[in-house]
Amino acid sequence: MERDGCYRRALSESGGVVLNLRSFLLRVAGVFRSERRDREFQAELESHIQLHIDDFVRSGMSPAEARRQALIKLGGIEQAREGWRRQHGLPAIESLAQDLRYAIRAMRKNPGFTCIALLTLTLGIGANTALFSVVNGVLLNPLPYPHSEQLAILYQKSPIADQGAVSYLNFLDWQRQNETFSSIAAFRWQTFNLTGEGEPTRVSGHEVTADFFATLDVKPVLGRLFTADEDRVGGAPVALIGGGLWKTRYGSSPSVLGRGITLNGVRYTIIGVIPETFLFYNGYGTQVWTPLGQWNDPTFRDRRVSMGMNVIGRMRAAVTLDRARQDMQRVANTLAEAYPDADKGAGVILVSFKQDMVGDIAPFLFVLLAAVGFVLMIACANVANLMLARATGRAREFALRSALGASRGRLVRQLLSESVLLGVGGGVLGLALAASGTRSILALLPDAVPRSHEISFDPRVLIFTLAVSLIAGIGFGLAPALRVWRPNLTDALKEGGRGVAGTRGPAQNAFVALEMATALVLLVGAGLMIRSLALLWSVDPGFDPRNALSFEVAMQPDLGSDPTHIRGELRKIHDAVRVQPGVVSASVLAGSLPMQGDSELPVWKEGEPKPATAAESKWTLFYGVEPDYLSAMGIHLLRGRFITEADSEHSPAVVVVDDYFVHRYFPGENPIGKRINVGMLDLQPEIIGVVGHVKHWGLDSDATARVQAQIYIPCTQIPDRFMPLVGNGISMVVRTANDPGGQIPAIRKAIAGNNTQQVVYGAEPLEEVIAGSLAARRFSMMLLGIFAAVAVVLSTIGIYGVISYLVGQRIQEIGTRIALGAQRRDVVRLILGRGLVLTLSGVGSGSVLALILSRQMKKMIYGVSPSDPLTFFGVAVLLITIALLACYVPARRAMRVDPMIALRYE
Amino acid sequence: MGEGKDVRQGTLALMILKTLESMGSLHGYGIARRIEQTSGDLLSVNYGTLYPALLKLEQEGYIASEWGISENNRRARYYRLTRTGKKQVERETREWNETAAIVARFLNPEESC
Repeated sequence: MERDGCYRRALSESGGVVLNLRSFLLRVAGVFRSERRDREFQAELESHIQLHIDDFVRSGMSPAEARRQALIKLGGIEQAREGWRRQHGLPAIESLAQDLRYAIRAMRKNPGFTCIALLTLTLGIGANTALFSVVNGVLLNPLPYPHSEQLAILYQKSPIADQGAVSYLNFLDWQRQNETFSSIAAFRWQTFNLTGEGEPTRVSGHEVTADFFATLDVKPVLGRLFTADEDRVGGAPVALIGGGLWKTRYGSSPSVLGRGITLNGVRYTIIGVIPETFLFYNGYGTQVWTPLGQWNDPTFRDRRVSMGMNVIGRMRAAVTLDRARQDMQRVANTLAEAYPDADKGAGVILVSFKQDMVGDIAPFLFVLLAAVGFVLMIACANVANLMLARATGRAREFALRSALGASRGRLVRQLLSESVLLGVGGGVLGLALAASGTRSILALLPDAVPRSHEISFDPRVLIFTLAVSLIAGIGFGLAPALRVWRPNLTDALKEGGRGVAGTRGPAQNAFVALEMATALVLLVGAGLMIRSLALLWSVDPGFDPRNALSFEVAMQPDLGSDPTHIRGELRKIHDAVRVQPGVVSASVLAGSLPMQGDSELPVWKEGEPKPATAAESKWTLFYGVEPDYLSAMGIHLLRGRFITEADSEHSPAVVVVDDYFVHRYFPGENPIGKRINVGMLDLQPEIIGVVGHVKHWGLDSDATARVQAQIYIPCTQIPDRFMPLVGNGISMVVRTANDPGGQIPAIRKAIAGNNTQQVVYGAEPLEEVIAGSLAARRFSMMLLGIFAAVAVVLSTIGIYGVISYLVGQRIQEIGTRIALGAQRRDVVRLILGRGLVLTLSGVGSGSVLALILSRQMKKMIYGVSPSDPLTFFGVAVLLITIALLACYVPARRAMRVDPMIALRYE
Repeated sequence: MGEGKDVRQGTLALMILKTLESMGSLHGYGIARRIEQTSGDLLSVNYGTLYPALLKLEQEGYIASEWGISENNRRARYYRLTRTGKKQVERETREWNETAAIVARFLNPEESC
């Protein structure tokens, strides 16, 4: 031993400061192909001895004596061989391999321990990997466009919304007047009836301005993009199609260029194909692009109106978002001066494209990532406890090895390699679990996470998993390793070895308290989410979502612009649906669709002057409905009457307002019989009724929305010149006798029966619409719930283990107590008391931690305070109960201890 | 173990190189004997350190080895200096002399003044 140490020092001394690379590589190689070299060295040693013997014989010794002397002189063949081997390979690697082999053997000898530890780690690391892959794909990876950091979404700030759609004329001015963008493009979501060659289908697409794809820096795989000339009224009707459609409908044939495609009844010529991998917001669904500038609807070209058009821009190189903001503010100020009626008080809001896509989900994901980190912490604490228990069992083994000369470093390394091996094993299994689990969870809640298509297990995720596995392995291996560091040889070698066992307590107790604390934090998180969702579910949406559904109808392309004809078509659709068995009531809906789309109009009271600017106007949500809307939606009529069949295009204009409208614009007055002016539509209807407010903007955010007042106008009374716009596409709300989802096929058929060119899309029961609006919260609640459950299970196992161990250790003491007359009750109290102390210290410290951490959840929760006493109290009671139940099992065992048997052990 | 002193650590490599420089090609046993003889049998070469040292020098490329036949017809592994080995001998000799001179000044301070 001693000589080895000196030898090593000598090596490093003569090895010089500079690492000899050649030597190092040879040694690394030496680790592997050593058998042949071993034989050779054996031969060399033999020849050495032989030469030595020859010399002795020559000097007159007998051969036998010469051999003896030679061997003495050689000074231990084994030692020479060992020294040679050390130099030949790399001892560190070789002993690592040895450690690993030993670790595998030790693990196989104890399959129960190995399985539980691996399972725990698999869960912990798997959950972390899964969530990190989501965070990585959604938040960390750049968007899939060249220099995506230069892309920004430009919203129009208006009296209606902070981040609203943009009016086309404003967009054109932004394009002309800005100095910080290399290009700005507009896009407007649109669905198209694809007719002509092959089956008619419904495809979604975008109407875009000419430089839309250039702004994103996306090039067509075939053909060309739109030119500026094609992006104005009267331009040639050209279209771009997506790679998916190209494949399915045209067999990826290059001859698709120049072919015709009929979209919403208009014949377009295909001029290019966009890559199949092109992704815009969530989904590859977009398949068709047409030039936006060709749309000549006067409303579209009204500066005061935004027709659902959004704007994206690419900032010039080295331009920051702040710089661009200043620039656009300047542009907005100029426009406000030039067009005060439309743009006074309006502004431009810039949001980076990535932020716009994933900004809402980021706080949720970070909280979840922290939560899943806590789960891993508990998993590690549990495995550390198992390792501690095992290390105690192996104390004698280690003491023996130590007494035989194994260095402490060597033993610690042995323990660490076992735990790292476990960690890496758990990591590999966890990766497999994550790979399958991530997909299924995302599939369960498809709307919850944007960019979900881009989530994959890229190298960064793999590195993360590896790092987590190693850190976890070292983390939980450290505790038992540290105990080996200070072994008490004499105690450990003694039979019984109670001295060692006694020192195991504090670390283990600390781990269990830590687990309890962490479990409490997770329970609080899950509890707050559950409370939020329960509160949200109990919010009255203002309508009855049960047994109701909504959908949209694309009208036939050849509808034309004759208002009488369009009104007739709307009635026909209504009648076709209404007569379906199972349909209780139905209403066509133009304008806003609750929780799905919005349409706002300015209003002012009769006798008041018309507001000069959009900014000074009072805005209201506008619904163009039929008489049955009230019953189809299940809205409450509060005063007066609702629209009836008698209110038609031939009768005086009427309007029904909601109670918020009254509260806001007619406080303390009876509004019935009063008249209001409705801007844009230029109507002066009389208020005939008041209905309950509908939570149009969603259960959670309606109260903070800019425009909350609501008006209902008979859809037939919408002025003639707006009828073509209504004919562009309408919504429908239907109340059914039962199972609204089951009615969808029949309704689809009924409308197709009315006119084969009319297509139903986006059909969804209203309950699901509400659920969908809470998707991100439900996703978080579900995952937090799962994490909390795993945490509780793991920490329950943890406390059970500790208390069982305690009972096992003190069985003689308990036996003695019982023999001396202690009541069984006292014994149970003693054991449960220990468990309670552990639990309470965990719950106490966990509560403090949870108080600090739950503030990070402010954006996720609704209606409850982050320090909600009910949640805190509830989960504390829950955790304490579960922990005491876990302790009760070993406590019962203690109670049943037979004093005779226990005493006989002594 | 032996009668003589063990070779001081770190000097063995230089002794091996120097021996090979003067003797040309030599086997392990011969190198050991030669070092012992040169030291006037004051040193005893521990073979447990000799062979690792030889291997290390070979790995570093200062010496090369091949099997050959000894003067009394035994198969033996012969070591010889390589070109870089020759340079290394010069360098190490120079360094050793410098070190020795410096140490000498400490041991006999009055002489150096």
